[in-house]
Parts: sequence; C-alpha cells; structure tokens
Amino acid sequence: MGAIKSWVSRARGIAVPTVMMNERRDSALHRRPRVRESLIEAFLLLCGVLSILTTLGIVYELGHESLRFFTSEQWEATNKELAADVDAATQTILVTNTGSELHPGDNLRVGSEELMVLTVVGDTVTVERGVQGTAPSAHVSGASLERSERVTLGEFLGTTEWNPQIGKFGIWALVNATLMTSLIALLVALPVGLAVAIYLSEYATPRARQVLKPVLEVLAGVPTVVYGYFALTLMTPLLRWIFGADTVKIYNTASAGLVIGILIIPLVSSMSEDALTAVPRSLREAAYALGATKLETAVKVVLPAALSGIAAAFILAASRAIGETMIVAIAAGAGAAFTFNPFEPAETMTGHIVRISGGDLSYDSMDYNSLFAIGLVLFLMTLGLNIISQRIVRRFREAYE
Amino acid sequence: MSEQLAPTDNPYAIEAVGLHVYYDQFLAVKDVNLRIRRHKITAIIGPSGCGKSTVLRSFNRMNELVPTARTEGQVFFNGVDIYQPAVDPVRVRQRIGMVFQKPNPFPKSIYENVAWGARINGFRGDMDALVYESLQQAALWEEVKDKLHQSGLSLSGGQQQRLCIARTIAVKPDIILMDEPASALDPIATLRIEQLMQDLSSAYTIIIVTHNMQQAARVSDYTAFFSLDEQDRAGVLIEYDETDRLFTRPQSKITDDYITGRFG
Amino acid sequence: MSALTRTTETFTTQDFSPRLSQRRRAGRIWAVVLQAATVVAMLALIALLVNIIDGAFGYAAVEYTVPPETLSSVPLEDLSQDQLITILREHLSTGLLRRYEAEKPLSERSAEDLYGLVVERVVAPKVVAQWSLLDSVFKREEVLRTAAEQYPDAELRMVSWLTTRFLTAPQSGDPMRAGVRTAILGSLWTVAIALLTAFPIGVGAAIYLEEYARDNAVNRVIQVNINNLAGVPSIIYGMLGLAVFVRMLGRFTSGVAFGLAEPSAANGRTILSAGLTLGLLVLPVIIINAQEAIRAVPGSLREASLGLGATRWQTVWHHVLPSALPGILTGTILAISRVMGETAPLVVIGASTFITVDPSGPFSQFTTLPIQIYQWTSRPQDVFRNLAAAASLVLLGMLLSLNAVAILLRNRYRGK
Repeated sequence: MGAIKSWVSRARGIAVPTVMMNERRDSALHRRPRVRESLIEAFLLLCGVLSILTTLGIVYELGHESLRFFTSEQWEATNKELAADVDAATQTILVTNTGSELHPGDNLRVGSEELMVLTVVGDTVTVERGVQGTAPSAHVSGASLERSERVTLGEFLGTTEWNPQIGKFGIWALVNATLMTSLIALLVALPVGLAVAIYLSEYATPRARQVLKPVLEVLAGVPTVVYGYFALTLMTPLLRWIFGADTVKIYNTASAGLVIGILIIPLVSSMSEDALTAVPRSLREAAYALGATKLETAVKVVLPAALSGIAAAFILAASRAIGETMIVAIAAGAGAAFTFNPFEPAETMTGHIVRISGGDLSYDSMDYNSLFAIGLVLFLMTLGLNIISQRIVRRFREAYE
Repeated sequence: MSEQLAPTDNPYAIEAVGLHVYYDQFLAVKDVNLRIRRHKITAIIGPSGCGKSTVLRSFNRMNELVPTARTEGQVFFNGVDIYQPAVDPVRVRQRIGMVFQKPNPFPKSIYENVAWGARINGFRGDMDALVYESLQQAALWEEVKDKLHQSGLSLSGGQQQRLCIARTIAVKPDIILMDEPASALDPIATLRIEQLMQDLSSAYTIIIVTHNMQQAARVSDYTAFFSLDEQDRAGVLIEYDETDRLFTRPQSKITDDYITGRFG
Repeated sequence: MSALTRTTETFTTQDFSPRLSQRRRAGRIWAVVLQAATVVAMLALIALLVNIIDGAFGYAAVEYTVPPETLSSVPLEDLSQDQLITILREHLSTGLLRRYEAEKPLSERSAEDLYGLVVERVVAPKVVAQWSLLDSVFKREEVLRTAAEQYPDAELRMVSWLTTRFLTAPQSGDPMRAGVRTAILGSLWTVAIALLTAFPIGVGAAIYLEEYARDNAVNRVIQVNINNLAGVPSIIYGMLGLAVFVRMLGRFTSGVAFGLAEPSAANGRTILSAGLTLGLLVLPVIIINAQEAIRAVPGSLREASLGLGATRWQTVWHHVLPSALPGILTGTILAISRVMGETAPLVVIGASTFITVDPSGPFSQFTTLPIQIYQWTSRPQDVFRNLAAAASLVLLGMLLSLNAVAILLRNRYRGK
C-alpha cells in the first residue's frame, strides 16, 4: 500500500524516464505474500472445517460405540456340561440335557476353545471346532459350556423386544414408538400447519399477518421441556377425560404425539408459507383472469406450484418429530413396549436414550453402548430426511429463480 | 345476473364512464370516458407511468387484487356496470379474459393449461375438442400436438404466450385484454402474436396496451392515447379515435408530440 | 397461416355452467376452515400459557408440625432476636442446636436468619394438597369443602409458587423452600460458555463461506454439512458431548489437568462440558444466521472498498462486518434463546439431579432451568408440578426478554 502511494505521488510530481517507470511499476504491483491475510484466511477456513469435524465426531463416536455394542462378547452359562470326553479332532460331542437349549449357529466356549454349533439332535451336537481363532483341544467330561451372547445386527434390527436386563435388544420396540408419536404429530401438524400457511399467504390481511407471525414464532420458541409439562398436565388429562381414564394410561404416545404436533406447526407453516409466497404473482393473476375464485387460485394453482417446497417442509417436520426428545421423555412413558395402541405407554428411541443416560451409567456396558447404536439409527433416519428435504428445496428454488 | 351479462345489440363492448383509480391516496387514473367497439382491436398507448395498464385492469376488475386499489366511476360491460355491488368479479373475469406482459403458463402440462380454466368454469362439452379448438385458434396446435402432456414451461417464450392466449379463449370470453403481450418476445414471435390478434378479432373484442406505437398502428382499429396530467400527475385520456386518423391527423398537440417522437 | 388457423367456433359461452354460487360457497367454507386452523394454532399457544400459569398459582393446604400461633401471639416475623432464640432452644434437639451454634453462634445471627430457622425447623410447614388456579377461582367452594373434610388440621391459603424467594433460593427437597437460583446460575454459565465458543467460530465460518470460499467441492461440502448439522436432533449432540467432552477430554473438562477439579465433579460432567456441547449444538444455527446477515450487505460496499486498494480482510473488517453486525447479533441472540431451553443433550451428558450449591466456575457440577423443570415434572408428587410451572414461567420470562432484546436491536438497525 505505502509503496504504491509513494510511487503515485512521485510519478505525478516529476517526469520519470519511461524505462524507469516501468521498472518501478513492476516492483510496486508485484504480488507479495501477505502473511496476516493468509493467517486470517486459514483461521476462517478452520472455523468452517470445524463443522465437518463435528459431523465426523458424531459419525465416529456413534459408529465406534455401536461397533463395540455389536462386537462385545458376553459369555453366559448354559448350565450344560460335556457328557463325555472329547478329543481335539471329533466333530460330534455329547452334552447333558440340563440348562438352556442349544441352537445351530450358537457360539460355545469350553475352556479356552470356541465352537460353533452346526446341528443339534437331542443331546448330540455337531460342531465346528476351534472357531474365532482358537485352537481345538481335548476336554474332559463335565466341562461346562458357555454361550456367547453377542447381539447380532439381525437381532437388533429384526426383533421387537427391548429389555437390556435379559439381553433383548430389538430396536423395533423403540422405533415403533418413535414412529407412532411422529405419525400422530404429523397428522396434527401437516394439515393445521399447511392451512395456516395458506391462510397467511393467500387470505390474511397484512395486519393479521403482523399479529399472527410473531405468535407462531413464540410458539416455536417455547422450550420443549415446557411442552412436555403441557403434555403431561393438560393433554393427557384431556385425553383421559374424552376417552375414559381406563382406556388412556397416564403415560401414552397419543398425548406426546399430539403435543409434538403442536410444537412443529410453526415449522410446517413458516416453511410452507415461504414456498407459497415464492410462487410468482403472475400465476395467481393468470388464474384470476380465467375466472377462478380465490380458493381455486390458492388450492389449484398456487398450492400445486409450491408443492415441492411444501413437501420439503413436511419431510423436515417428520425429521424434527422423530428427533424430539423431552416431550416423549416426560409424557410417553418409561420402559420399552411394542404396542400399536396410542393410549398405552411406550418408549421412543430418544426417550430411552434420555432415561438411561440420565441414570447412573457405567461406561462400556452393554447398556451404554446400546444407546449409541440407537443414536446411530436415529441419526441416520433424521439425516436421510434432512438431505431429501434440502434437495427438494434446492430444486424448488431453481425453478423460481 | 347471467342474463344481464348476455350479449346485446350494443355496439360497444366496454364503456367507461368517469373512471378514477386510486392506489391509496395516489390518483393513478383520472376521469376516463371511453367506449370500446365490439369485435375491433383497440390499442391503448402512452408514455410509461400514465396508467395504461391500470385502465386495462379496471376493465375486468383485476385491480382489486392490489389491496390498496380503489375504483370510482362506472365500467359498463354489455350495458351492465361491472362495479355495482351485485356483480361478481369472478364472473366478470370469465367473460373478460386477460393476457399478461410476461408469459405465465401454469406449471402444468400444455393440455392442462388450456383445460384448467374451462374446467373450473364448469365446461360441459368435450374437453379434448375444446383444447384442440383453442390451440388451433391460438395457432399453436401444429407445434404442440405431439407433446400435449409436457409442461407448459418447456415451450419457448413466444409459444408460451400463445399458450396463454389459447388458455384465455378456452373459457370463451367476449373480450380479451392484452397487457403488452409481445414486450417480452423477439420480433418473430411478436409478429405471430400480432397476426393471431387479427385472426381473433373477428370473434373477440381485443384491447391491447402497448408501448410500441408501430405495433398499435399495425394491429389496431382504434387507438386511445393516454398521458400524464400536468397538474396532479394522474393518467388522463388525451385522444381516442380510429387508429389511422389518430396517427395521421391527431387532434391534440400532446398526441402529435408523442407520435412524432418528441416526448415519451 | 391465418387461413389455416381459423376454425369454426364449436363451443360458446352456453357450454359453460360456472355454478358460481356453489363455488363461492366452497370458497367461504374453506376460508372459515383455514381461519379455524389458524385459530387452533393460536389456541394451542394460549392453552400452553394458561396451563403454566394455572399450575404456578392456587390454593395449597399447609400443615404445620407446630402451628405458628401456638408459638407466639404476635406474628413470628415481628419477634425479636431473643424471643426467636428462646423458641429454637425450646423446640430443637440439643444435637441440632449444637450444630447450628458451631456453624454460627445463634446470638450472632440476624433476626431474618433466626426466623428462617424457626420456620424451617420448628413450624415446618408441609403442603398436603394443592389446587390449580382455575380450580381455586372457579370451584372455590368445592376446594374449601374438600380441604375442610380431608385436611382438617391444614391451613388453606392462596399460594404463588413463583416468588422472589423462589428465584433466590437454592434447590431443595422441600417444595415450600425449593428455588431455582442454582438452576438459573447454571443456565447462565452454560449459555455464556456456549456463546463464547460458538460466536467467534460461527462468525468466522460465516465470513469464510461468504467472503472467501470459492465455489469448489470442499466448500460446497462444508455448506451442505452445516445445513445438515442444523437438523441433527439435539440429543445426538448430547451423545457427542458425552463421548468427547465428558469421557475423552474428561481430564480437561473436569479441571483435573489444571489442578482445579472440584471433588464432586471430577468425572467431567461439568459446566464446561455442558457449555461446549451447547456451543457445538448452536454453531450451525449461528453460522447460517450470520451468513444471511453478511449476504445482506450490498456488494457495492465491497467493491468500493476493494476499489480503494483495501485487502479482502480489510474490506471485511472495516466495512462488511460493521454493516452485518446488528443482523449477526440478532440471529445470535435468537439462537442463544433456543439453546437456553435445551434439555435433552444436558441430561445425556449428565446434569446433576440435585445440587444446592451455586456453581463456582466452569469445573462445577451443573443443573439448568430446563433440567430443573424436567425433574420436577417427572416427580410423582403433584406439588412439584407447581414448582415446574413456576420455573417454566421464569424460563419463558428469560427467553422473552432475550427475544425482546433481539427485536429492539432489529428495529433500531432498521431505523438507520
């Protein structure tokens, strides 16, 4: 900077030979390294990259702990013993008929050797010897058999009982409750939110909009824990009063779902309204000029034109409903249950995570690791929905810009 | 009401009497008295900001869509004042269609663009035939007959504008209002629109707002010249006459100045 | 061409039956439906507020271990220091008395202090039943009758659960004495830490994305990633915070590494961990808001500055940031008010269930206002619900004032 300034003043003041001027110009305008600028840019880039690190952190931690959940082995006594001596080579072993039944695919441990069950006929079991990198060895009659209680991905994603105390980790019990509360929430929020959006963008006077929009903002800004209180102390008694206290339990998914619905109405309405107001005025005029009424214009022209934006709002709302935590933690009940009755208590994925991690939890236990497996499922579900929603929004913007 | 709006022997399609239009406190158009002849093309010309579009939009009550707009005076359509309380603006707009400056097809298929207006207005005939006829009349059929189910937005600008015209005539209006329909188009597309207007003028009364004097001279039978009033900056009707006469022997000095390019 | 396009008119106006009255009726009905939906949304907000206020005030039946009128003929507040000490000596066990004397000799305590002790230890009021405000007002007779029948020994009185004492008292297991001071302080501490970390980083990232980033793959990934992070459920951030700040960095977040650890919070479940977790949570929101504010600065301003030979950073620092600052601040305040109500991530990283001591620094255990509301709401005893309602009012009050500041800022900026 300073060099340029002095060059300018000097060049103006005295006649400098052309050759010299060129030389000076070259050196003055030459690109010079600016350390400060580079450092600042590097710092700012770092700030941006931090967000990537956050995502990586989430993915790594959830993935890492989930992996431990699926790979950690717990050996449980089967209360069976070998009924005869076994040498290192034989594939057929005899066991006592005590304790729990064996099934093909079970992983057994005798002493330091691990065996995999192939077939079971009465007390005669054929096995593959020395699996999981262990060496086959001879065992004497009376040696006890232990079974591996590893949770398989199939069991995790394929069963419906969640009861960590007895080693049942079927996530559908939790997913089902999450889907129930979310579905109920969407049944409330989508029609009401969309109706509010249409009202605000097509019908409301500017003055009404001025009043209504801040009210919706307040509704969106109330902490979810307060909504939880609302669900438990107003919505649940209301449901019990309508449907009878025998039908509706104190903790139930219906109440939580309805209140989540109220919570996400502002989200649906404000995003949908943005989509509706983005529809060009000229389309509305075209419809009116053909003799359409206000309703026909709004519903048959503006709404279809804004459909993708509205779809994006709906999907984002679904994602928000699935991830909502405090309302379900307070009002939906504690203890996983696989039920389709909205008046019964059931625990959602988020509700379970909050309840278990709120208590005393020892790190690296099955319980602790299972939370991260749930978290991973939750993360993937919401991430998928968010990505779809953003795609739709981007395409919609391109259509009207 | 539908009886009232039925065609009569009245030679005028539209008669504006003492028409004032305000936006809030601002007087946009002052005391317009104008009689538009049936089945003729009438052009409205004038410098920008003189209320040409406002006048046009007051003929089918499109102005009402601007919340601050207010209209005084009378506009007779087939002898009925369309501003009297009993008249439904929706009905008015079915009978007095409009084509806009920028082509604005719905984001629907070509077929659906034409059929939509007819459908909401309770068309009882054969829809395919109506779509065919309308596209034929709009000189678009040959170009789109193989892609009726593609989006109307896939057409070129000129085609889109003809689609908008087809859409308008599909509801069988008496009058078509055109608000600078060719200003966003290239010269060739403009020419086709102008030809189309002349073809349509046998069946429809057409009123066109244009900033292009040559266009007005080319297509219209009558021309209304609007300008700004010196005192209150409101649009006023300066001169209204047969197009040939207005362009060759204008009665008003202002008109003369305008058409000879001395202002505007 | 014109000859080709002329076709005979097959259809006329007669082929239309616009059924306008029917369509108009449908229009009117739907207008009412749409308006009703909007009213429903408004009613939900009103119901929410009424419900909270309903819980925060109302009749309570209070029983005393020793009724105050048996202690003295004049109100207890008016008694002198000596009289209060006499009452204490008469009613308290010698062990308890010795403990109080050891803390601070009774004779040196103020009258208010002694009065507190008398109420707490001698009178020991206990809420045996309570009614909501609406019941207390509209079913007053019924409430009075029930109270007289079921709690003949209790004194029925109108209670506001939200009092200045409630605001200034620490957490307690006794609903008559519990307050939210520790929770408010905890909220302020965590939000302050979240703000201190997320604001500079967030604004930095926004400047990078708006002013420096070229449109290449890396920067697009960053942008998409930020948008996605904004949609991640807050509880997932809690799990991240648990794994990273509490477990992995526990030595630092508990202060052990600096020799500052408080014995009760040596496991990393501290204000610092909570604040950092909330900081991560709010970061994408701050970035997105700041980006919008920066984008609103006209490009001509940048061109003017660059045209004078300023570097990019000089342009940003002297021109872009000052213009965007009000917008950035408004967005940040709104984001922070969102964070102040967050509960789930703090439960996950391990908010304390019961602390009565004010937090003394970033390495203290913590509880926050929303956590307090959550705990009181999930208690089985109804009386804690009233405390939850009162605490909700406090929280809403804090959020509303933050929002008011944001709105003021926005209006002032607009006025310029």
